[in-house]
Amino acid sequence: MGVKLLLANDGVEGIRYYDTYRKNGGYTTAEKALKMSQADIVEEVKKSGLRGRGGAGFPTGMKWSFLAKPEGVPRHLVCNADESEPGTFKDRYLMEFHPHLFIEGLLISSFALGSNRTYVYIRGEYSWIPDILNQAIAEARNAGFLGKNILGSGFDCEIYVHRGAGAYICGEETALIESLEGKRGNPRMKPPFPAIQGLWMRPTVVNNVETIAAVVPIIAMGGDEYAKIGVGKSTGTKLMSACGNINKPGVYEIDMTISVEEFIFSDEYCGGIKNGKRLKACIPGGSSVPILPANLLLKTAKGETRMMNYESMSDGGFATGSMIGSGGFEVLDEDQCIVKHTMTLARFYNHESCGQCSPCREGTGWMYKILKNLEYGHGKLSDIDLLWDIQRRIEGNTICPLGDAASWPVAAAIRHFRDEFEWHVKNPEESQKRNYGLAHYADPIHVAATA
Amino acid sequence: MNFDLVMSETPKFKVTIDTISVEVPAGTTILNAARMIGGDVAPPTMCYYSKLKDSGGKCRTCLVEVSKGSEKDPRPMPKLVASCRTTVMDGMEVKNITSEKVLDARKGVVEFLLINHPLDCPVCDQAGECDLQNLSYEHGTEATRYEFKRRTFEKEDIGPYISLHMNRCIMCFRCVFTADQLTEKREHGILERGDHAQIGTYLNKALKNDFIGNVIDVCPVGALTDKTFRFKNRVWFTKPVDAHRNCSNPKCCGHVRLWMRGDEVFRVTARKDEWGEVETRPDGTPGWICNECRFEKKQTKDWVIEGPALIPRSSVIAQGHYVGTKKTPVLIDKVIGKEPQYQLNIHDISDVNKPEIELSKIAGPAHSDDFNK
Repeated sequence: MGVKLLLANDGVEGIRYYDTYRKNGGYTTAEKALKMSQADIVEEVKKSGLRGRGGAGFPTGMKWSFLAKPEGVPRHLVCNADESEPGTFKDRYLMEFHPHLFIEGLLISSFALGSNRTYVYIRGEYSWIPDILNQAIAEARNAGFLGKNILGSGFDCEIYVHRGAGAYICGEETALIESLEGKRGNPRMKPPFPAIQGLWMRPTVVNNVETIAAVVPIIAMGGDEYAKIGVGKSTGTKLMSACGNINKPGVYEIDMTISVEEFIFSDEYCGGIKNGKRLKACIPGGSSVPILPANLLLKTAKGETRMMNYESMSDGGFATGSMIGSGGFEVLDEDQCIVKHTMTLARFYNHESCGQCSPCREGTGWMYKILKNLEYGHGKLSDIDLLWDIQRRIEGNTICPLGDAASWPVAAAIRHFRDEFEWHVKNPEESQKRNYGLAHYADPIHVAATA
Repeated sequence: MNFDLVMSETPKFKVTIDTISVEVPAGTTILNAARMIGGDVAPPTMCYYSKLKDSGGKCRTCLVEVSKGSEKDPRPMPKLVASCRTTVMDGMEVKNITSEKVLDARKGVVEFLLINHPLDCPVCDQAGECDLQNLSYEHGTEATRYEFKRRTFEKEDIGPYISLHMNRCIMCFRCVFTADQLTEKREHGILERGDHAQIGTYLNKALKNDFIGNVIDVCPVGALTDKTFRFKNRVWFTKPVDAHRNCSNPKCCGHVRLWMRGDEVFRVTARKDEWGEVETRPDGTPGWICNECRFEKKQTKDWVIEGPALIPRSSVIAQGHYVGTKKTPVLIDKVIGKEPQYQLNIHDISDVNKPEIELSKIAGPAHSDDFNK
């Protein structure tokens, strides 16, 4: 049984409401934090080694210390709740079932950063959650935890919930800021970074929901204590949203010390593959990160057991590794078709490209059309190389990371599952009737003996 | 009085682009530094427009490799950067045409721009002065690998003067910035997103602003063309002539380029500089022209003619011109450090042609007598 920090009160009846949350020790951390100095809170977060939970894994304390603090210019904290990555639903779970934990985190972070007006940019499809959050905000205000001069500390804070209009691109921090300003959600050119010129050209920090929530246990237990949980640079706990062909899909809190195998097959977490099938592949961190075949998922190329943490998951780079990303853990069993899966993702990125820069706007649609041909048995062998060429020319050449996110899944699918693509081309009729199956994707990898 | 501001000059940064060094004021972008060197070293641009605020960064044709960040921090930049939006640092080293990575990425961008372009150059009014045409001649491939139906849009009428061919658009956003920054009321913007994003006038409003005609000049392709010139002539058959008039509109500079054939004025545009942008007037302002000058004044008597316009010799418009062409500087020998080996040097095999005779100095069509002097 791992450590539970964010979901410690999971299952407590009425934890959604202020009274129950307060009875279970809620807002005591905020009381503690408001007596600390702002620099001390930032220092605690730095010490905790907390890494951004939105996908990139950038150290939060460092991000906070980059925030410019010019005289007389308001600063803002913006919470990125535009969780649109296919396969990721941890933020929704937090906001829906633990809204007060989230608001307490927002209050502490706003205090640390000096943000008097804090915004929560929430995904448009989460239509029922703004009501939950607004109710929680009203309760917190009534209890004196929001508004003017909170707990006599002289700090004012208001939290506004802003609903997006359902665009994936608005999860990119500068596009989110543009959208929040009321403009078209196009990513901005960087530099300047939001820490210097963000919302309304004011210094802004954009953080993920889970990151904000994790600030509460960090301040409660101290940064050093928090850093002891987990391994290496993967400190604290991480929410994983497990889905796909598993017995128990859902949101799980892990302390990053367990292995991938344990996470998938133990009854505490995913509970194994559904219907007794075998594991074929997995996307460990949301649709943008490279897909891994079963053998590379459970063991690294060096033959070590792959663990559920940032370092181990990215062991081997993109050639044989992946990323923990935003924690959308998608499991595919032996009956799944990788070509179809990749096509679905390509269709998603084609639909969600903002259309601002040429490689992403034109390239994502092209990749989708080629993958559609391959999937429906009209492909050619040269199409596979063409796909590789297209993704190579999109990656790294775009304004925002959406171009990379669109090309990585395609690249990884071709890198690891090229046989399946070729089988689709060579057996166009058969590929419409049955799937390629598990083939050799779970076979142990030969590891050369080290001298 | 703030003496600090008066005393301190903008520091000069030394930047090396393709082995050629230049000193530029701090805050200059890599692209503008390269343009100061000129010639082949300047990266091509499709969306950046120095006269429009916030333009650039979108087309990705001007990507360059930064092999040394600066004197203080010599690490190379991990990705290719958009030279139009990246400012130089002191001691920065940039690779443009000397970098394989850049040329490959640029080839990719050209391919991406062309997959949904209709390639209807034979019936397009922009042909001959089209940036995309020039770009694909230089960086594109002869055949496409795209096998699907090209994206098309329904035709939209945006008023009596300007015709919009959305199919040809490459989404450079230049016209959006022009409409935003030059006119008082914005009726022009981007609708939809991704590969079905399109330029539109919201709720089909006709564009009625005095300066909206300038979107034709900024458009790098044939998406926005002059309806009064539509299908009248190919640009390379007309003669560009510089002219001016006293325009009553205070914001209009009145200095234009007439595109004539005989005594007939076919088209009026703003004057363009060597980068295909509207020329900067001597007072430092961009030479935007008003709709009246552009669309209404199509008589020779409306204008005071100054003389033939300077046209780059590499442009197809220069065909048939013997005066008023200018040579683009060739820097390839400097960049690669030796004379390039041409596969075919016309001077080696032709008895008629003589390199020492400058063709632009010859008045009228060249005659064999000109080479026998």
